[in-house]
Amino acid sequence: MNRRTFLKDAIVVITGAALPAAALEWLDPRQVLAENPQIRWAFLVDTHKCAGCGFCVKACKAENDIPYEASVTRTWIERYVVTQSGELLADSPQGGRDGFTSGSIDLPGGTRVSEEEIIRGFFVPKLCNHCASPPCVQVCPVGATYATPQGVVLVDRQWCIGCGYCIMGCPYGARFFHPVHKSVDKCTLCTHRLTRGDASACVEACPFGARQVGNLHDPNDPVTRAVVSERIGVLRDSYGSRPRVYYLGLSKEVH
Amino acid sequence: MKEYVWRPMYVVVLIAALSLAVRFFLLPHDFGVHEGGYKYGYYRLGNIAEWESRPALFRSADDCGDCHRQSESLSASPHAFISCQNCHGPAAGHPEDPPTLAIDTGRDLCLRCHADLSYPAGGRDAVPGIDPLGHHPFRSCVGCHDPHHPRQEVQP
Ligand code: HEC
Ligand code: HEC
Ligand code: HEC
Ligand code: HEC
Repeated sequence: MNRRTFLKDAIVVITGAALPAAALEWLDPRQVLAENPQIRWAFLVDTHKCAGCGFCVKACKAENDIPYEASVTRTWIERYVVTQSGELLADSPQGGRDGFTSGSIDLPGGTRVSEEEIIRGFFVPKLCNHCASPPCVQVCPVGATYATPQGVVLVDRQWCIGCGYCIMGCPYGARFFHPVHKSVDKCTLCTHRLTRGDASACVEACPFGARQVGNLHDPNDPVTRAVVSERIGVLRDSYGSRPRVYYLGLSKEVH
Repeated sequence: MKEYVWRPMYVVVLIAALSLAVRFFLLPHDFGVHEGGYKYGYYRLGNIAEWESRPALFRSADDCGDCHRQSESLSASPHAFISCQNCHGPAAGHPEDPPTLAIDTGRDLCLRCHADLSYPAGGRDAVPGIDPLGHHPFRSCVGCHDPHHPRQEVQP
């Protein structure tokens, strides 16, 4: 055996020995996923379907113990209207918790636009976007808000010092100060329901099927299928926060 | 090195050790950098379980039919798509706790959907609208319409 063949054989033997048996096994991606269920929650809102009944806001407040009378809410509905003069206006009385029962809209400052002046309207339900790069988390000075491995942005009530930086940092206005718990509060996507296999309370409540919650890692999930195959939009894309609440039928005026 | 150089150093080291010790005893041991990195994953791990263990108040299924005949009539009506708990509140634990649920006979409950906005407004177009101020004002809707079967006459 000369030096050259020795080296050749040695390389073959060492590579063969280093290769674990598992590396030769064919892995089915679906099987792997079923064994290690990976979850990345996402939300889908169909603005065509929303009728502005406000049952989502009502249900969210009851489920998550947000005082009904307080003017804060984890999810809310905005009504956008186009007037005869082509102006775009929006309102959200009490976050839409009692629905929209009047055609006219009240603007901040006390001006009222009557329904005769309005030619068209639509409703846009909003909630925390559970961003993939949440700006609110970056600004927290004490580590009281964070993104979980499943993609939900949460607030640690015991840890929050109430400085309010995150309320300022959120581009969507989705955070507020909880009047009872005296800490910052926001949508949790109802993690307590999701872990039990139920949908979020607002999703459960919506009679029109305008709200859906789903797992982006599951290719058969209706939300995932809509996200990959429909024309979807997100709010304030240019902020770079990579929101995970996707909208069907979003107008360019909405942000 | 000279003694006078070392002496302030001892103080600095002592202060550092002291604050590390205080941190060790004051901070929960699951507080730190977790999955997601220092930017998004700096938190107290136990908080996730705290949120996940909250009780759910809304039932996932409207399994009310075993005890209430309203389920039957509702499911055969144009209101079948509305969950009972939207009109009667969260029902987890019912009938043990709470033994009974709220009944709201106000007009506002129905006007959430039925108020006519007089302009096209997304999903609202699919709901037959009435003028809230013109359609039998100040009277409760359920005096004339059965909420569980709105196309049926209400038996007096
Ligand atoms: C195990 C049987 C049972 C189930 C299931 C059940 N209920 Fe009840 N419900 C009762 C009983 C018993 C009462 C009290 C009867 C009474 O006060 O007249 C009651 C009372 C009520 C009332 C008040 C009735 C009144 O006249 O004051 C409402 C509304 C109600 N239930 C709605 C629901 C809804 C909605 C569900 C499904 C989410 C549901 N119930 C499921 C047994 C049940
Ligand atoms: C659109 C709203 C709405 C929905 C959906 C609804 N209810 Fe009701 N329910 C009412 C109203 C309003 C009353 C009060 C009726 C009255 O006073 O005549 C009522 C009354 C009741 C009562 C008291 C007995 C009676 O008939 O007056 C029971 C029990 C009840 N509902 C059960 C249910 C159950 C079970 C469901 C789901 C299958 C359901 N309701 C869905 C609005 C609703
Ligand atoms: C979640 C929205 C919603 C709420 C709340 C609601 N309705 Fe309806 N209602 C509808 C829709 C949608 C239809 C029509 C369904 C269809 O035609 O397929 C309807 C149909 C009706 C009809 C029959 C209209 C016809 O075609 O003759 C009546 C009457 C009615 N509702 C009365 C009520 C009353 C009274 C209440 C309050 C107790 C109420 N509704 C609450 C959505 C709602
Ligand atoms: C005095 C009894 C009475 C009261 C109170 C009443 N309605 Fe009616 N409603 C009627 C009658 C009768 C009709 C059918 C004739 C008509 O279209 O006016 C009707 C029709 C309707 C329709 C069908 C309209 C359509 O275009 O098909 C809806 C929806 C409706 N009512 C909802 C409501 C709601 C919501 C309330 C409460 C805010 C209410 N009603 C209160 C008697 C009443």
